Amino acid sequence: MKLERELDRPLWYLLPGGLLLVVVTLFPLGHVLWLSLQRHSLLHGPPRFVGLDNYLRLAGDERFWNALANTAYFAAVSVALELALGLAIALMIARVRRGRRLLYGVILLPWAVPTAVSARMWEWMYDAEIGVLNYLAGTHVNWLGSPAWALNAAIAMDVWKSTPFVVLLLLAGLQGIPRDVYRAAAVDGASGWSVLVRITLPLLAPVMLVALVFRTIDAFRVFDAIYVLTGGGPADSTETLSIYAYKVLFQGLEFGYGSALAVSVFVCVGLAALFYARLMREALR
Amino acid sequence: MRSALRAAALALVVGYCLAPFLWQVITSLRPTAELMSLPPLIPTRVTGEHYAAIFHGHPFLRIIANSALVAAGATLLALALGAPAAFALSILRVRGRAVILAGVLGISMFPPIATVSPLFLVLSTLGLHDTLFALVITYTAFSLPLAVWLLTNFFGAVPREIYIAARVDGCTAFGALVRVVLPLAAPGLLAAGLLTFVFAWNEFLFALTFTATEAARTVPVGIALFPGLHEVPYGEIAAAAVTVTLPVVVLAAFFQRRIIEGLTAGAVKG
Repeated sequence: MKLERELDRPLWYLLPGGLLLVVVTLFPLGHVLWLSLQRHSLLHGPPRFVGLDNYLRLAGDERFWNALANTAYFAAVSVALELALGLAIALMIARVRRGRRLLYGVILLPWAVPTAVSARMWEWMYDAEIGVLNYLAGTHVNWLGSPAWALNAAIAMDVWKSTPFVVLLLLAGLQGIPRDVYRAAAVDGASGWSVLVRITLPLLAPVMLVALVFRTIDAFRVFDAIYVLTGGGPADSTETLSIYAYKVLFQGLEFGYGSALAVSVFVCVGLAALFYARLMREALR
Repeated sequence: MRSALRAAALALVVGYCLAPFLWQVITSLRPTAELMSLPPLIPTRVTGEHYAAIFHGHPFLRIIANSALVAAGATLLALALGAPAAFALSILRVRGRAVILAGVLGISMFPPIATVSPLFLVLSTLGLHDTLFALVITYTAFSLPLAVWLLTNFFGAVPREIYIAARVDGCTAFGALVRVVLPLAAPGLLAAGLLTFVFAWNEFLFALTFTATEAARTVPVGIALFPGLHEVPYGEIAAAAVTVTLPVVVLAAFFQRRIIEGLTAGAVKG
């Protein structure tokens, strides 16, 4: 029948979008791999194939290891804080009956502010001389100017900006838990704490895992927040992999080595994704 | 006692979310003379000078128009390409849909830094550097995976019998998509469109790399590179920050339900 034949030809509908994805995302990814095998600098003559030289240089580059450590620290601390804080806020809001719409609106605000803009907002609050944070806390800390504080200051901003996403995700997860489970627990006389630990958290675990995946992958790619807030300084103390790669690519115009750095970000994100995929498969079993 | 504690905790959450933005609003209204000193926390008088300055001294309107054009263009294109793809994946039940969806999800995890340099080289070679077109195409591609996932989810909720009935009544497959599926899945289109728009309005790395002048500069880059000759013009930055945040805040307020639906769909089900 004609209907069935057409049903067998859905490829046409996939074609335009698929083509765009191939041209703008997959092809550049292949290209960046190819670039990473070259000595390709816009300042020094034509590109030359050098095999794995750029990756060998990577292994001996202290600045790369520093950037990797900064990225891992940023991802681990910010994601842990976002999940903990997100869970606390979600549990609190789940009990609110009135004014929910308004509350959701308030929570969406940090999410909606462009990251580059919120970085400038926080830069102003962090100012050592006239910043409101030092004024309210009665301190004289140079938040963005001291290597000990700067990365943590960037994390604080990311937590503010990204916790709303975790809250909304967990709230949706909480709404998916059947009421009967709680009723049964109440009949059995379970305390609030044991309901939380034995019922809510285990049932919420899959959604928490999803939040964890999205946030970790985002945190590993972090660029805007740090580029605007500190530019990677002071003394490279906030330089993440994306920032370092960007500087080598577009300030040093070294497209070969910069591409190797960019590939390293891709590998980190890929490994994180694979790890979580495995975790999820085991959780499902 | 307990409810008082809860109310206090809620107030804390609300304060935490709002405070940085409110401080920016206060700063944007503070007279220049009072910018360089604290206290007073609340300015002694309110001024519109910073708002007047950003609309006179800088090509600020141009930058906002650029962002609006780019975001609107990317949103429309992402929906135009994403809807047919989602149609094939959900209702037409294309073969290998699980593999395709997994591939699309994988692409959505690409770090922008890994593709920005080849795209930059290609766009420069094609003479597309510093054009709005370059940003529209890039944003469309990078928001397409999310759009396809969301729309596949929403189209999947349209009963297949309705589609079959439309086909039996003489609709072509494409006609059924346009006349039957799309209207039924309108909330999904809205959710996907909103998320694409916000993504494009906020994107920074590609915009920073692919643009050089006001001809194509967008809002986040404009704010990040806000000119300051001698000292940082914090009052004007604050005014600019408040101005460019308002559109997204208004969107978020109006379409709250759709945005939250979009952000959480899939994550909870899958």
